[in-house]
Amino acid sequence: MVLPMSTNTPAAVSFQGVARHFGEVRAVDQLDLDIAPGEFFAMLGPSGSGKTTCLRLIAGFEQPTAGAISIFGEPVAGVAAYRRPVNTVFQDYALFSHMNVLANVCYGLTVRGMGRSERETLGREALALVKLAGMEARKPAQLSGGQRQRVALARALVVRPKVLLLDEPLGALDLKLREEMQGELKGLHRRLGLTFVFVTHDQGEALSMADRVAVFNDGRLVQVGPPEEIYERPRSRFVADFVGGSNVIEPAMTATWIGSPRPASLRPEKIGVLADDAAAPDNAVVVAGTVSEVLYHGATKRIEVATPAGQLVAALSAQGGPTRPGESVRLAFARDALHLMDGP
Amino acid sequence: MSLVAATIPAPHERLLRRISDVLTARHGFYLLLLLIPPMLWLGVVYLGSLFALLAESFFAIDDFSGVVVRSPTLATYRQLFQPANLDVIVRTATVAAVVTILAVIVAFPIAYYAARYARGRVKAAFYVAILMPLWSSYLVKVYAWKLLLAKEGVIGWVFARLHASWILDAILALPTVGGPSLSTSYIGMVLVFLYLWIPFMVLPVQAALERVPVSLIEASGDLGASPGRTFRSVILPLALPGVVAGAIFTFSLTLGDYIVPEIVGPSSLILGQVVYIQQGTAGNIPLAAAFSVVPIVVMGVLLTIARRIGAFDAL
Repeated sequence: MVLPMSTNTPAAVSFQGVARHFGEVRAVDQLDLDIAPGEFFAMLGPSGSGKTTCLRLIAGFEQPTAGAISIFGEPVAGVAAYRRPVNTVFQDYALFSHMNVLANVCYGLTVRGMGRSERETLGREALALVKLAGMEARKPAQLSGGQRQRVALARALVVRPKVLLLDEPLGALDLKLREEMQGELKGLHRRLGLTFVFVTHDQGEALSMADRVAVFNDGRLVQVGPPEEIYERPRSRFVADFVGGSNVIEPAMTATWIGSPRPASLRPEKIGVLADDAAAPDNAVVVAGTVSEVLYHGATKRIEVATPAGQLVAALSAQGGPTRPGESVRLAFARDALHLMDGP
Repeated sequence: MSLVAATIPAPHERLLRRISDVLTARHGFYLLLLLIPPMLWLGVVYLGSLFALLAESFFAIDDFSGVVVRSPTLATYRQLFQPANLDVIVRTATVAAVVTILAVIVAFPIAYYAARYARGRVKAAFYVAILMPLWSSYLVKVYAWKLLLAKEGVIGWVFARLHASWILDAILALPTVGGPSLSTSYIGMVLVFLYLWIPFMVLPVQAALERVPVSLIEASGDLGASPGRTFRSVILPLALPGVVAGAIFTFSLTLGDYIVPEIVGPSSLILGQVVYIQQGTAGNIPLAAAFSVVPIVVMGVLLTIARRIGAFDAL
């Protein structure tokens, strides 16, 4: 069958009604999701939300209980992991401790029967790509966490997967290294043009790196979209709270403020503090309250305020504003800063 | 009483606590206390008597009086390399090697199952099943095997009932390894050794396999290796130190044993028996000592080879 590719490019990864149950536990349930070719796709959720199971379903380490998965249009039901055109960067890196760095990177080429000189050339190239040239003869035990992560990345990239799967790849790195690697992964993705599927529980990481983010909770996909959409327009309380720690306003409060009895998300940075004598601006909601906690974050500070609308968190510039708990403040925000969500 | 207001008493100042303080502060003293008992045992009692025995091998026995002449000589070693004695050494090493190879073949699947698949109760049952043979007397087990293997024994009976005695006869008709019955053949001897030493092979192999992270096996498959390839390139190399550890047990235990070949197997002697005879009835302690050096040298050579071929790289 010949299809016109331009009008009907298959998704890089497509989940159709996929479920994965472990006994009574529904790790993944009723998942329909298409990941576009070349996309940097993040699966975000707390631990146990099913995101890692999704990745393992793509890799072939798990088989779906129901539904079908296809990779670039090819159904992969019953296709073993070692026959799938995808490669994984494991959370614990899973480097072969008895092989040196170069042998690790070349492993995928070795098992494909590629000759020694040819595979070592490609292996060295892959190591250079992740800035590890010169480390070929080291054993994994002699590398730092960040270097092991790069070896794992090179080892997966050298076999030219159609889809690169990354399971919390930056989870074990310290903050500075993680930020550095975020930039590098982004750069690699741009240069190689591969489809990256990235699992993380860190919303900052998902928002800053991905083209699209899928948020999982309790085995279900709760929202999928570009980072701005996920952040600005969460569809449910869970997304509002998990992504960026938004304030959730109860329907009763929303009804009195803007006349819609639905829960609303209100981002901390959209809330300001009114000076004592200032008049409320037009079209703004003003709430009075008492500061219960002040957390200094360098450029910004977050204050927690007990108000009739519940505990509200506001992100303010570090200069000015209340400085210690117990102070009375008036909070103000624009009406359209309230984003209405589904649910009661 | 609230946590904020509560008074927490200071720890008691007792004698034991004081001693602990001293030991914590003086690390060397602590290590010394820790190591004195094992050093006395291992260093003095064990190694000391071993070296005393080995030193004995450089003496020789006076042919007329039968008394040990306590002056250094290599005469005993010349005696050791006589063809009849070399025969014993080669025969014993061959039996030990066959037992070790069979032990690896039998133990590996058991260990693999236990390490990768058995969980909870099944795993507990596995440990009991592997270790239970070690709880009963060694002699009882060997005599039980003699009954199983004897001409009129259980195995012969089963073959007869199945009208398959000709198979048993064909096996026993094999040159060298066969014999008049299983209990007087090398086959029987190897079977008994295999039974006795199998826990010593299963446990280290299982421990080694258990330390292979599942993610490594998944990574190998993920990179395109078939299950067979993963086994050869990842699982086996990482389990090799365990296999070598098990092989050290089975090989050296076979080299040193003198009871099994006394009860089961052909009449030709095995190294352990020769040591037993030389130090006992024959009264030639220097030759017994020289024979005892053989397993030590053989194991040393084998370990060096294992190290050279990288058996311990994954440690």
